[in-house]
Amino acid sequence: MSNIIQLKKGLNIPLSGEAALKVKKVVSPDIVAVCPTDFRGLVPKLLVREGDAVLAGTPVLADKKSPDVVFASPVSGTVVEVVRGEKRKLLAVKIKSDGRKVSEKFSPVEDIEKMDAAQIKDILLKGGVWPFIVQRPYGIIANPEIAPKAVFVSAFSTAPLAADADFAFAGEIAYIQAAVSALGRLSEGGVHMSFNADTYAKSPLRNIQGVKTHLFKGAHPAGNVGVQIHHICPIRKGQVAWTVSLAGLAAIGKLLVKGVYDVSRNVAICGPMALTPCYINAPAGLCIDEIQEHYGNMAESIRFISGDALSGRNVGMHGYLGFYDNQITLLREGDDYEMFGWMKPFRFNQYSTSHTYFHWLLEKVCPMRYDLDTNLHGGERAFVVSDVYGKVFPMNLFPVYLAKACLAQDIDKMEKYGIYEVIEEDIALCEYVDPSKINIQAIISDGIDLMLKEMA
Amino acid sequence: MNARKIVDTVKPTFSKGGKLGWLHSTFDAFETFMFVPNTVTTKGSHVRDCVDIKRVMILMVLALVPAFLFGIWNIGYQHDLAFGLGWGFWNKVWYGLVRIIPLYLVTYIVGLGIEFASAQIKGHEVNEGYLVTGFILPLIVPVDVPLWMLAVATAFAVIFGKEVFGGTGMNIWNPALIARAFLFFSYPSKMSGDIIWVGGVSRGAECWQAGNGVVDAFSGATPLACESLSDLSGHGYTFLNMFLGNIPGSVGETSAVAIILGALLLIFTGVASWKIMVSSIAGGLLVGWLGTLCGATDIPCWYQLVMGGFLFGSCFMATDPVTAAQTECGKYIYGFLVGALAVTVRLFNPGYAEGMMLAILLMNTFAPLIDHCVIDATIRREAKRTRIA
Repeated sequence: MSNIIQLKKGLNIPLSGEAALKVKKVVSPDIVAVCPTDFRGLVPKLLVREGDAVLAGTPVLADKKSPDVVFASPVSGTVVEVVRGEKRKLLAVKIKSDGRKVSEKFSPVEDIEKMDAAQIKDILLKGGVWPFIVQRPYGIIANPEIAPKAVFVSAFSTAPLAADADFAFAGEIAYIQAAVSALGRLSEGGVHMSFNADTYAKSPLRNIQGVKTHLFKGAHPAGNVGVQIHHICPIRKGQVAWTVSLAGLAAIGKLLVKGVYDVSRNVAICGPMALTPCYINAPAGLCIDEIQEHYGNMAESIRFISGDALSGRNVGMHGYLGFYDNQITLLREGDDYEMFGWMKPFRFNQYSTSHTYFHWLLEKVCPMRYDLDTNLHGGERAFVVSDVYGKVFPMNLFPVYLAKACLAQDIDKMEKYGIYEVIEEDIALCEYVDPSKINIQAIISDGIDLMLKEMA
Repeated sequence: MNARKIVDTVKPTFSKGGKLGWLHSTFDAFETFMFVPNTVTTKGSHVRDCVDIKRVMILMVLALVPAFLFGIWNIGYQHDLAFGLGWGFWNKVWYGLVRIIPLYLVTYIVGLGIEFASAQIKGHEVNEGYLVTGFILPLIVPVDVPLWMLAVATAFAVIFGKEVFGGTGMNIWNPALIARAFLFFSYPSKMSGDIIWVGGVSRGAECWQAGNGVVDAFSGATPLACESLSDLSGHGYTFLNMFLGNIPGSVGETSAVAIILGALLLIFTGVASWKIMVSSIAGGLLVGWLGTLCGATDIPCWYQLVMGGFLFGSCFMATDPVTAAQTECGKYIYGFLVGALAVTVRLFNPGYAEGMMLAILLMNTFAPLIDHCVIDATIRREAKRTRIA
C-alpha cells in the first residue's frame, strides 16, 4: 500500500437528494436503447435491422474504424426502431425486451492466469464489453492494438450524489476480481486501484487481489480517475493508459466468470427532485420513463441527467441511461427570474463557494444541503477573476491557459498545458465555480475533438 | 411579481425586431441588473455557483466606499483649511459632495455611454467592469480637474484602454490608470504641482463661496513633493496625519485607514488577491529602506506606504484581476515589482513625484511575461516528475 495522496483543492457540492443505501427495485425495462452518442468520437456501423431478434450480448453496432469493437444489446428481445437524427446520424437503436433476460452463450474462462493477452482481448471484444475500457488521453474507447502503460480504476466516486461504490458493488467483488486479473495481463504496468482513504478500512473492495493500491484523501474531484492518474503517474505525449469503471469491471467479470453479457448495475436515483432517492438495479440503456415513480408527475419541470450534476448528460424525460453511468440525477429546471438576486446579502436557497456570499461561514456552523437548480445565475463574460479555478482543480495544470489554447486551436500549447491529462469531468468543477459562466467543459471537449482529428 | 410583469410587458418593444430594438443591449443591462435572468445551463455542468461577475464587481465598489466617503469629507476639510472658513462637519461634507458629484456624473455618463454603445454595436451584453472603473476614476484625480478633461480622458480610456481589446477581461492595462496617465501626460499643469490638490485653490475667483477666492501664500505641496523628513514636518505632515488621511491629495488616495478597511473587505471576500497587496507593500518597504541606506532620502520606508497613492494603488488597482498576473506565484513577483518600482521612481527620478501609476501600468504590461515564465517553470518541473507508481 502506498502513502495517502492528499488533495487540498476541490469541492464537494452540497446538493440535496442523496440516494439512501437501499436497492428498492430490480427494473426489467420494456424498452432499452444502445446509443452511439454515449461514446466519444464513435462512427457506428449498424449490424441489425428493425424486427431482428436479439439476445443480451448480440452485437448491435460496431465501430467503423475498428470493426472488432462491438456494442451489444443489453437485453433479449426485438429491435423495434433505429432512431436517426439530422443527416441520418444514428442516435439510438431501440430494443423491446421480451422480459426473459436471455444472454448469448459465451464460454466461461476456467483459469485466467493460463490465458495470454490475445485470448483475453478476443473474449472481451467478442463479448461486447471492450467499450468499457476507456483510453486516456481523450477518454475514447481503447484501441485494442495499443498496449497501455497501465490500467487505472477508481474504487470510489466523489461526484455530487454519486453512487456509493462500497454499497453498489458489494455484491460484485468476485466479478471485479476476475476482470482485474484479466486486465492485469493486458498491461505491463498492471492495474492500479485508488481508494478513498477515509473509507478504505471498511471498503469491501479492498479485498481485491493483484492490484496496486493508492489512497486518496480530499474533496471532489479526488475520485476522478484522471486526477488520480495525474498524481500516480502522469500521461505524457505518446503514452496511453486505460481506465475502467467499477460497473465496467463487473460486466467484464460476469462475461469471464459466467459467460454472459450482463450490464445491469445498481443505479442511484438522486437529486433534489427525486421523491425517494434510492438505488435501483437496471441495465445500461434503461429508458428514463421506467423510473417515473421516482419523480411523479412533474416531468416538465425536471432535468433528467444520466450521470452526475457536473458532467452528466441531459437526456430528457424519454432518454436513456448512459453506457458508463450508474447514477440518474433529477434537478429542477431553474427557468425563473430572481429579483435583485446578485445584490442580496444572503441567498440561502442557493449555494456559492465564493466568499462574497456567506455559505462558507454557514458551512462551518451548520452544514446544509441545497436544492440546486439548473439556472446559470448570470450571463457569460470573458475570463475576469483569475484564481477561482485553481482552488477546485487539484492537478498541476493551468486550466485557464489550457482553455485558451483550446479556443485558439493551438495544438502545441494544448499539449504543453496538459490536454493529454484531462477530460471534461476533471475540469467540471472549474465550470461550476466560474463567475464568468464560461462553458469550459465544452471548450475542452472541442479541444479534444480537435486533437483526435489532427492526431489521427 | 409586479415588477416582473411590467418588464415582461415592455420587453417585446426592446427586443430585436421591436420598435426600440436598437436599444436591446441597454434594456438587457437594466433587466439583468434587476433580475437574475432565467437562462438555464445548456452545456457542461448542470448546476452553477450563484456568484457572477456582477456580484464580484459590486463588492469591489463596496470596498471603495470608505475611501470615497472619507474623500468627500476631506475635500471639504482641505478647502476649509486653505480658506480658513471654520466650517462644521456637514458643511465640509456638503462641499465635498458638490465637488465630487460632477466628477462622477462625467465619468459614468461618458464611460457607460460608450460601454452601452459598444455593447449595442457588438451585439453582446453590457460588461460590468466599468462600474468599478468609473467609481475609481474620480478617486484618483485631483478634485479640481476640469470636467471636460476628465470626459476626454474617460473616453480615451474606455475606447483605447478597453474596448479596442474586446471589453472587460481582454484589456492589457487598468482602464482607470490609462485615463489618469492620459490626463497626466496631456495636461500636466492640471495633474501635478502644488496648488491643484485642494478643492477651489486652482480656480481662484470662481471659487464656490464668494469672497473666499483669494488665498495668500498657499502651499498645498503634497507629502510626495517633500524631499526630506524635515521638509515633511515643515509642511505639517506626520506619519499619523498621513495615515489618517486629512492631507491634500487625489480624492480617494489620502486615507490609509479607509483604504485598509476596503482592502480587508476585498481580502475577506476573496475578490482581490492578498498576495499582490502584501508583496507590493513588501517591495515598497524594501526599496524605501534601501533608499535610506544609500542616502537617497531620509524618509523612513514605512512613510512611503502612506504617502501619495501607494496604498490605494496596491490594494485597488494593482489587484485588478484582469491586468494583474494570473498565476499564484506570479502574483507575488508582480506585486513585489509594483511596490518596488513605485518607490524607485519616487526616490530616484526627480521628474515624477509619484511612481505608483507608472509602476502599475508597466507591470500590467509585463504581467503576461511573468505568467509565461511561471507557467514554463512549472511545466518543466512537472515534466521532470518521474514518480512511477
